[in-house]
Amino acid sequence: MADKSKQGSNQDAQNYQSIQQKHEIKRPVFFNCLKAFVVGGLICLIGQLISTFYIRFFDFTEQTAGNPTVATLIFLTMLCTGFGFYDRIGQFAGAGTAVPVTGFGNAVISSAIEHKTEGYILGVGTNMLKLAGPVIVYGVFSAFVVGLVKTIITHWGGF
Amino acid sequence: MLYGRQTWLFENKPVILSTGVVGGPFEKDGNIPDAFDFLYDDMWLKQASFEKAQTMMLEDAGKYALTKAGIKKDQVNFFISGDLTNQITPTSFAAKTLEIPYIGIFSACATVTESLAMAAFYLNSQGAEYILSGTASHNAAAERQFRFPTEYGGQKPPTAQWTVTGAGCALLGKEGSGPVITSATIGKIVDMGITDPFNMGGAMAPAAADTILTHLKEREISADYYDLIITGDLGKIGHQASFELLQEANIQIDENRYVDCGMTIYAEDQPVLAGGSGPACAAVTTYGHFLKRLEKGEFKRILLVATGALHSPLSMNQKDSIPCIAHAVSIEAGGDNS
Repeated sequence: MADKSKQGSNQDAQNYQSIQQKHEIKRPVFFNCLKAFVVGGLICLIGQLISTFYIRFFDFTEQTAGNPTVATLIFLTMLCTGFGFYDRIGQFAGAGTAVPVTGFGNAVISSAIEHKTEGYILGVGTNMLKLAGPVIVYGVFSAFVVGLVKTIITHWGGF
Repeated sequence: MLYGRQTWLFENKPVILSTGVVGGPFEKDGNIPDAFDFLYDDMWLKQASFEKAQTMMLEDAGKYALTKAGIKKDQVNFFISGDLTNQITPTSFAAKTLEIPYIGIFSACATVTESLAMAAFYLNSQGAEYILSGTASHNAAAERQFRFPTEYGGQKPPTAQWTVTGAGCALLGKEGSGPVITSATIGKIVDMGITDPFNMGGAMAPAAADTILTHLKEREISADYYDLIITGDLGKIGHQASFELLQEANIQIDENRYVDCGMTIYAEDQPVLAGGSGPACAAVTTYGHFLKRLEKGEFKRILLVATGALHSPLSMNQKDSIPCIAHAVSIEAGGDNS
């Protein structure tokens, strides 16, 4: 990715950055989007099939099937990550495998595997949420803000 | 002897007596499998961690170099080496096993030429009889330190590079038969404000060009003095960008005689994006591939310019740019010295 901040303020640095950008291989954004759409869609389709399976064969409703579906997808992600496939699919699919819940699972699981050599407490325990931590922090914080806005509107907005 | 501000000429011509080169399974499928003395079948080398695997590779490369030259380790005065991992611990553990007095250095992927230049300087000025110089890197150990966990499924841009799993060592002596080291230029930090850690070649290219220009100027020679100018791990983007910089500076280099180790080591069909990188990249490709071709007589004089990006994960997160360096060492076919 090109460096847009142009940190080196002097003329040499700017000249070089334009030379460099000329040779830089650009990300194929359109194809990346297309691949992400197809692979991400495929993961969602698998999720839907799992969900339907739970509703049809077990005592779940459309509302309650969510939890076992997510758990199953994360379990499958764990296998794919542990056996070393997920990063290869990820390089191909990009956001397609990063955005669904499987991407979140992969971020946690890959960190846990990576830091096992440093022990279960200081290694796995400390680093497991290294990549997924920000998602939790800002996920919870955004939910709080949305909740606050909703409360203000419904209680004092007169709706 | 000092020539200009930052170039040494080695009039006593220290000799590369032997080399030891090992690599991992991914390198086995690469472009130059013949370059290696030994190729391991798994990334772990049956060790408990990737860092331990890296230590073992460096030890093995050192042992291959010693065995081939028929020199015992207690005859070797110094072991000059370094790597990428925090506080260069894999190298220090290898130095413990090798039991050779140890000078640990850090120059990231330019470690190979920094250690080679220092070794040549010590030998040239009668500071040692034998010196073992080399470096190692491990793909997974570098990934976890600088990027993401090995199994993390993030998508890398086409400018990213692939850290070489391997180790390359050279045993140098004051005299003997083999290629000789004739000069070295120590580079200065060049930072053109690139902040993208997934475009290391682009960041390092100006450092490579600067060192090559300085080397040619201080030695008062033209680029065609060398049959081959070899850069360390610029990859596709850095290679083209540095070539353009050299042309802008009116240095006439034949495109076929300006090559990059990062573009040599892997096969076209391997998923390495812009090319190979890591301290081992220049070490294994030069010691295993280019030196063998030099000994066969394919060329007489080569200039090795290994490039290093001297950033850390901390400096990247603090939004600093990437300080880059390149050191050059010229190697010529031996003959009169043997």
